[in-house]
Amino acid sequence: MWSHLSLLLVVIPLIAAPVVAILPPGRKPWLVALLVTSACLLLAGMQLWSVLNLGLINYEFGGWAPPWGIAYRIDAVNALVALMVAGIAAVTVPYALLSVEKEILKHQIPLFYSAFLLCFTGLLGITQTGDIFNLFVFLEISSLSSYALISLGSKRQALTAAYQYLIMGTLGATFFLIGVGLIYSQTGTLNMMDLASRLPEITGLKTIHTGFAFIMIGFALKLALFPLHLWLPNAYTYAPSVITVFLAATATKVALYVMLRILFTVFPDGFVTNTPANDLFLLSGIVGVLSGSVRAIYQTNVKKLLAHSSVAQIGYMAIGLSFSSLQGVTASIIHLFNHALMKGALFMAVGAIVFRIGTCRMENIQGLGRQMPWTFGAILVSGLSLIGVPGTAGFVSKWYLVLAALEQQNWVVVAVILFGSLLAVVYVGKIVEALYFKPATNTNLTVKEAPTLLLAPTWILVFANIYFGLDTDLTVGVAGRAAQALGVVVK
Amino acid sequence: MDFVVSHYNYLIAIFLMMIGFYTVISRGNLIKKIVGLNIFQVSVFLIYISLSTVKGGAAPIITEGVKIYSNPLPHVLILTAIVVGVATTALGLALVVRIKEAYGTIEEDEIHKQDNSL
Repeated sequence: MWSHLSLLLVVIPLIAAPVVAILPPGRKPWLVALLVTSACLLLAGMQLWSVLNLGLINYEFGGWAPPWGIAYRIDAVNALVALMVAGIAAVTVPYALLSVEKEILKHQIPLFYSAFLLCFTGLLGITQTGDIFNLFVFLEISSLSSYALISLGSKRQALTAAYQYLIMGTLGATFFLIGVGLIYSQTGTLNMMDLASRLPEITGLKTIHTGFAFIMIGFALKLALFPLHLWLPNAYTYAPSVITVFLAATATKVALYVMLRILFTVFPDGFVTNTPANDLFLLSGIVGVLSGSVRAIYQTNVKKLLAHSSVAQIGYMAIGLSFSSLQGVTASIIHLFNHALMKGALFMAVGAIVFRIGTCRMENIQGLGRQMPWTFGAILVSGLSLIGVPGTAGFVSKWYLVLAALEQQNWVVVAVILFGSLLAVVYVGKIVEALYFKPATNTNLTVKEAPTLLLAPTWILVFANIYFGLDTDLTVGVAGRAAQALGVVVK
Repeated sequence: MDFVVSHYNYLIAIFLMMIGFYTVISRGNLIKKIVGLNIFQVSVFLIYISLSTVKGGAAPIITEGVKIYSNPLPHVLILTAIVVGVATTALGLALVVRIKEAYGTIEEDEIHKQDNSL
C-alpha cells in the first residue's frame, strides 16, 4: 500500500492542473491548489516516514518490471527532497491568494494556478523517478511551466528574463539529453539502478566520460552554478513574488538533487574522482560564493540582491558536493534543505513589502521596517539565518560544511566559507539598514503591516529556520542517511 | 577517410549541433536564437535515431521470417523529445510576440538599451 504513495504524489497535481485551468476566475482555483498541495505534503510526509521505518519503496508502472518499465525508487534522499518541495508548495499557496490577486490579471488566475501545479508536478516527478529519461520529461514539464510563470511578472523585464531562462534552460536540458543518449548507447538502459549495475565495467570508455560531462554541464545550468548562473538574477527579480518564493526554494534544489543522484548513485564509486569534475565543482563553488556575495552587496533592488545571494549559496552546496565524502555530501543536503527555508522566508517577506508598496528598490523601502514590524522581523531573523548565526538553520549547514572542509584539511575552503558569511553580514545589513535605520523617504506615506495571510506563511518558515537551528536531529540525521542512501562511500 | 564514411551520421549531427549552438550564442535577433535552438535540438534527435539502427535490421514491426529488428526505443524517446521541442518553440515564440509588444523590437541590443535607459 505504501508504494502507491509515491505515484499519487505526482499524479494528484498532474490531474489537478487541467481541472484548475477550466475553473472560473475567483478563489476556486486557489482552493483546489491549496487542497492539492496540502494533500501532497501529507503524502510526502508519510512517504518519508515509510522510507525511514519500512525501507525502500519500489513502484513499477503497470507492473512492468524495470529495466523495461519505468520504476519509481524512493530512498531517504528522494523522500527528503520531495518533502521539502511539497512543504514549500504547501506554505506558498496560502501566501499566494492575496499576492496573486494583486500581481496577476484576474482572468489569468486559473491558468496561473494550473501552471503552478504543473511546475509542482514536474519538480516532484524529478525527485521521485528512477528512470533517467522520465527525469528529462519531468524536467521539461517543470521548466516550461516556470518560464510561463516568470513571464507573468508585472514589469516588461519579466518577459526578457523568461526568454533568457528559456534559452539557457533548454540548452541545459538538451545537454542532459545528449549525455543520456551517449550513456544509453553504451549501456542500453535508462533505469538508474540498472545503469548503476552496468556502468562499473565500462567506466574507461570515452563515450561514458563525454556523456557524464554533458549531463553535469546540463544540470549545472539548471542549478545556476557559477559561471552558468546568468539567467537566475533576472528571473528571480522580475517573476511574480509567489513564483520567486517557490522557484528559489525548490527548483535549484531539485537540480542539485539530480546531480547528487547521478554523481553518487548512477556512476560507480571512484568515477568522479578520476575526472576533473570535483576540482571544477570546488573552483566554481568558491568563485560562486565570493562573486555572488560581492555582487549582492552592490544591488539596489532587494529581490536582485537575494537572487545574487542565491548564487553564492549554491556555491556552498557545490563545495560540499566536490569533496565526494560522506561529511561533505551530508553538508550539501543539509544546506539544500535549510537554504530553501531561509530564502523562502526572505522572498516571502520581500513579497509582502512589494504587496504594500509595489516595489522593492532600496530607496523606496527606507524606513518601512518601523511601519511593518512583523515583515521586518521576518527579514531580520531569516537574514541572520542566511548569515549563519548560531541558533538558526543557516548555522547548522555552515557548521557541517566547515567540518567537511576540515576533514579534507582544506583551509582555503574554510576561509572562503567564513569570508562568505562576512559578506552576507554586509548585504543582509544593507537591507536591514534601509528598512530600519534610514529615515523614510516619504514621511507622509503610512504603510500598513502586511495582511495576516501573507505574514503567517512567512513566519511558519521563519520559525522553521529557528526550529531546525536548535533541533538538528531531523535535518542532520536524515541528511546523513540520505548521503548513505545515495551510495557515498565512507572513507 | 574510412573514419569519415563510417561515422558520417555523427559528423552531420555534430555539424548541425555547432551551427545551432553558434546561432543561439551569436545572434541578437530573438527569433533567430529560437531557430538556432531548434537546429541544436534536432541534431540531438538525429544522434538518437542513428543510434537505434541495427545493421541488417528491419523496421521494428513483428513480421514472420524476420530475425533482426532495429531498436525502437530511441524512436519513442525522441517522439517525446520532439513534443517537448515543439512546446519549447511555441512558448519561446509566444514570449517573442509579447516582447515585441512591450519593447517594439526583437533585437537584443535594443532591448538592453531600453532597459538601461530607465
